[in-house]
Amino acid sequence: MTDSTPELVTDNPWRRLRAYTDARIGLGRAGTSLPTRELLAFQLDHARARDAVHLPLDTGALLEALTTLSAAWGLPPPLLLHSEAADRVTYLQRPDLGRRLDATSCKHLDRSGHTHQSPVDLALVVADGLSSRAVQQNAVPLLQAFLALPELAPAGGQRAPLCVVTQARVAIGDDIAQRLNARCVVVLIGERPGLSSPDSLGLYLTWAPQPGLTDANRNCISNIRPGGLDVDEASRRLRYLLNEARRLNLSGVGLKDRSAQAVIEQGYGNFLLRPRTGG
Amino acid sequence: MYRYTLGVQTWQFQTLAELMAKATPARSGDRLAGVMASTAEERVVAQMALAELPLNTFLNDALVPYESDEVTRLILDDHDKHAFAPIAHLTVGDFRNWLLGDQATPEALAGIRQGITPEMAAAVSKIMRNQDLILVASRCQVTTAFRNTIGTPGRLSTRLQPNHPTDDITGIAASILDGLLYGSGDAVIGINPATDNVAQSVRLMKMMDEVIRQYDIPTQSCVLTHVTNTLEAIEQNAPVDLVFQSIGGTEATNRSFGFDLATLAEAQSAALSLQRGSVGNNVMYFETGQGSALSANAHHGVDQQTCEARAYGVARKFDPLLVNTVVGFIGPEYLYDGREITRAGLEDHFCGKLLGLPMGCDICYTNHAEADQNDMDNLLTLLGVAGCNFIMGIPGSDDIMLNYQTTSFHDALYLRRVLNKRPAPEFEQWLARMGIFRDSRGQWPADTLPEAFSASLSRLPEGDDQ
Repeated sequence: MTDSTPELVTDNPWRRLRAYTDARIGLGRAGTSLPTRELLAFQLDHARARDAVHLPLDTGALLEALTTLSAAWGLPPPLLLHSEAADRVTYLQRPDLGRRLDATSCKHLDRSGHTHQSPVDLALVVADGLSSRAVQQNAVPLLQAFLALPELAPAGGQRAPLCVVTQARVAIGDDIAQRLNARCVVVLIGERPGLSSPDSLGLYLTWAPQPGLTDANRNCISNIRPGGLDVDEASRRLRYLLNEARRLNLSGVGLKDRSAQAVIEQGYGNFLLRPRTGG
Repeated sequence: MYRYTLGVQTWQFQTLAELMAKATPARSGDRLAGVMASTAEERVVAQMALAELPLNTFLNDALVPYESDEVTRLILDDHDKHAFAPIAHLTVGDFRNWLLGDQATPEALAGIRQGITPEMAAAVSKIMRNQDLILVASRCQVTTAFRNTIGTPGRLSTRLQPNHPTDDITGIAASILDGLLYGSGDAVIGINPATDNVAQSVRLMKMMDEVIRQYDIPTQSCVLTHVTNTLEAIEQNAPVDLVFQSIGGTEATNRSFGFDLATLAEAQSAALSLQRGSVGNNVMYFETGQGSALSANAHHGVDQQTCEARAYGVARKFDPLLVNTVVGFIGPEYLYDGREITRAGLEDHFCGKLLGLPMGCDICYTNHAEADQNDMDNLLTLLGVAGCNFIMGIPGSDDIMLNYQTTSFHDALYLRRVLNKRPAPEFEQWLARMGIFRDSRGQWPADTLPEAFSASLSRLPEGDDQ
């Protein structure tokens, strides 16, 4: 967008501080209101976040990519499932329905022959959650990076099909895992989009999944997106959690993620203060 | 059993909680809880039945059992019969008439505060239109003080909220500078820490304390961490101005938040012992929001708005400086769209003010709610007219840590201009003294960078302009 006539907008000389934060500081003002340029930049970001919530997941394209991926790693063909929330409006108002599989999906899963006689080590579930864009953009690269890691699964374990599930919340993974008789489930899900991060994927690991568990039983890796945590680092952290869950026979608050690197202060500290010693 | 006969049909409501819930304007959280009226007609009939109920019913029929809930015990044990006397003979319907009448002056309203229980406030709000909620709230004046005076007539304060996703000190300082230069921060400079532990909280408390002292800002700071963390910080001699806690309207909700009333009393007493206030001793900052009780599965079949009013019963025991209803943060499963968020914001502000609390509102929404900036502009303007004590202030409305949108520094200046509102008096004088604002009413920011802050900026290397 072109710049405004200079005298109509008062710029803020501290705008250069944006080098140190993503916050929308130093926006300038028209009178005391937002300049047009900043108003429209905000509207664009909000529009993208809204689209991430409301555009349906393109399950056709996703399944096609997952079919190729499954074949490459010796997994059964992927399955498409649905929650009990029939549409997005219902989904947004009824989290309870988003946590349960609908009857057709239950039959579908039960028919695919995964019973107590065929225990599987790990079920991987891809759920649309609150951002179809996050799933569309990041789920396949993440799974590719994860499945390519060495020392991933104990030898000889059964492999479950990848499951794609729509209008879904995290806890639906428990239902799916129980029907697959899986010892562990990992749900990849679109996170609630932020204004500047509409494409953020979350990842929840649950050991011994069964309906009725809460978030206290899960471990989460958040903010997986090109501008946040990249898929290689996310995969390594997931493998760490998975190995720890197997070793400790649990997940959730009892399993601490010590794989993350320490946060290093990147800025210049509190520049608002005078230096403490002379000069 | 509560009954109401309309024509040939008699409607029945098994409990007072059911009657209250069914009389509540529709919202998704009550639908989720399964307590909402099943038809529009049933809702209005419930409102008619509620209007005929004597106010003293609420002193005899507890919505949550007295024996098992310390919030109910607090509400009933602290009820002031003397203050209640002027309205003791009224029904809920006539209480609405009384509140709207000319006898309900600011002094009269202050006089009955301690005689009103949260349930009475919730009940009357359910049969009030939005304009009623605004009119009565505008007559309820609640003033509090710590290093400045908040809530006097004609004033609008702001919480400067400089959150950062990694608690980076430079990033936080940049947002604080932006806010101060837009005249924000007289209610509190308050950070939601990304990493919620004692060490991090102490680090942020010290950082804000240093800024406040260096520039001699007549305001207070707060790190919005768990009350037990703040207690530990006080033990470590950290510079704690205000104690923060999210609170709910039932004992079980508060236990799910990890505290009880005794914890709050201990924290208030610890903060008071520091004697850090200069013009007042209100040391508590509470946040609330409809839906928290249901979210904790601790609502006892009570509708979310009544649970919220009961949280105000908790708040007023501890003389808070600020009570903030975070109205749109919880998401569309509790408040679906701009219309429900607006209604809830006005209800909360009204109930809190009627009960004598220094109410502010985090006028906000998430990206999965059916709401946008226009909805926020509307609620902001309505709450300004209603006399809301304070709102949030954040750079460009975008909280990059909590991932939601709230009111911006610009929004507060809009409201000050259209309603001729001013910041807290001590802060207003500071803005003029520092050369941040050109006028003495906190409405016209200076065109040039004030000297004290240009020196601060020069300490940073030139970054890339974006």
